[in-house]
Amino acid sequence: MALRLTDKDQAMLSGKHGPATQMAMRILVRMAEVYEADELLDIVGAHIDSSIYVGDAGLEYAERLASLGAKVSVPTTLNVTGVDEHHWQEWPVPREWAEKAQRQADAYKSMGAIPTWTCAPYQTEHKPKFGEQIAWGESNPIVFANSVIGARTERYPDLLDVCCAITGRAPAVGLHRTENRAGQILVRLADVPERLQADDSFYPVLGYLLGQIAQDRVPVVDGLTVTPTEDQLKALGATAASSGAVALFHIVGVTPEAQTLEAAFQGRPPQETMELTMADLRATREQLSTGAGETLDMVVLGSPHFSLAEFRQLARLAVGKSQHPRVQFLVTTSRIVRDVAQATGVLQPVLDFGARLTVDTCILATPMLPPEIKTIMTNSGKYAYYSPGLLGVRHVYGSMADCVESAIAGHVIRDESLWK
Amino acid sequence: MEVIQGRPIVPGMASGEALVTNEPLSFWGGYDAQTGEIIDRRHPLSGQIAAGKVLILPFHRGSSTTTAMLLEALRAGTAPAAILTTGIDPFFALASIVGEELFDKSIPIVSISKEHAAAIHTGQRLDMAEDGTIRSRGFSF
Repeated sequence: MALRLTDKDQAMLSGKHGPATQMAMRILVRMAEVYEADELLDIVGAHIDSSIYVGDAGLEYAERLASLGAKVSVPTTLNVTGVDEHHWQEWPVPREWAEKAQRQADAYKSMGAIPTWTCAPYQTEHKPKFGEQIAWGESNPIVFANSVIGARTERYPDLLDVCCAITGRAPAVGLHRTENRAGQILVRLADVPERLQADDSFYPVLGYLLGQIAQDRVPVVDGLTVTPTEDQLKALGATAASSGAVALFHIVGVTPEAQTLEAAFQGRPPQETMELTMADLRATREQLSTGAGETLDMVVLGSPHFSLAEFRQLARLAVGKSQHPRVQFLVTTSRIVRDVAQATGVLQPVLDFGARLTVDTCILATPMLPPEIKTIMTNSGKYAYYSPGLLGVRHVYGSMADCVESAIAGHVIRDESLWK
Repeated sequence: MEVIQGRPIVPGMASGEALVTNEPLSFWGGYDAQTGEIIDRRHPLSGQIAAGKVLILPFHRGSSTTTAMLLEALRAGTAPAAILTTGIDPFFALASIVGEELFDKSIPIVSISKEHAAAIHTGQRLDMAEDGTIRSRGFSF
């Protein structure tokens, strides 16, 4: 069926709302046809991932829209940028990169978007509500908004998120529509001990495996006997959206559209059912590391951006201790969370331990790592997934407690007892 | 010459050697826009240069920044000559649409069936027309 546009859509397309809106609508309409949408729908918010600087083309796009006078028409948050605005000079970030990344950030800011500069906007005051139609970019906020909050967004690519924010419209397809939010495959946990289920290190591993299994389908997890924390769900989703194209998952009894197994599948039978065993999970945990038994150069926490609860957890682990002088310890977070962590006293023990902070960006989005860093350790499944390709470093995956212990010892230590 | 009929998502003409994989790929962390090399070290095509070739894969994976990376590659002249996916991949289509909008550089993005994708082998020369037809010597049906 052909795409039907409203009079207002037509007006935007014909330039009555200015040239930036016209350009955004022109791209949106072509994309709506790619998505085979019948119509566009109104959105109440957007999250722009296009703010991340990756090169001259993305910068040209941002500055073209800004120079045409683009303004967002719905409340819009901004994802990480390519530079920590106030601290990049403490790291080997090339000046040219920093300047261009800043220009790109400024272009999006000039459109009236909120300069949150975070990949965890859902852990700020700008969190969407259940059932709201939104257009979000960045794979991890997308999967969190859909799965944990029950807001509705399709998996928007960079460059399109801003077109939705400017026009306030999105193609009425995919996860915006109730019928496409039903589970497709059922994943049962067979023999996972509760002690492991309660541990943070379990969720990135489960997410990694879920992404590999589900690819772009909606997986439903059944058999969790503990209630995961928000940060555990965040880690699960971010990793599943890295190893696969997962934009929505359900956990029976936990996530809002999966109060029961039947609800998760909207009464339909699963296309496929599988059991995950400890053997599968152990094998996957090993895939998250490309190095082992190494001397350690750096610990990096905070992808997605560290939350206040994670700062609290880290402060408890690090208080009164000091890291090994040869190891660097970095936490990536947002300005918003940093300020609250400072105000509530959980930042100081982390800094006293020897950790440094980077805000607005992360090690994957800005070229900040010194070349002598060869082996990094993290509790983040997303860092584990992308750092070998993007950074060319060896990588060890462990829990937050493992990371702290290893930083103190100066070499990799992992508690294997939970995974036996 | 044998012919495969694809469905043009972003129409265009292109010719090049096929580079085929069954594994989805994220261009962010997976594609070097300066060299056109596939750099996802877990991917079967790791180390291959895709610039100027016809890349055939099921769909993209993961990151939203795949589109931005392909746009960089288009501007730098290191993009594949065309991308064929099994099913419609909006992320690749968008990069090509924005490339045309910004600097008049786009590549064909064409959807083909799984059976047709399986009939194409790496190294085979493909000639693609605006209407989505793909010509080559000897597909292995």
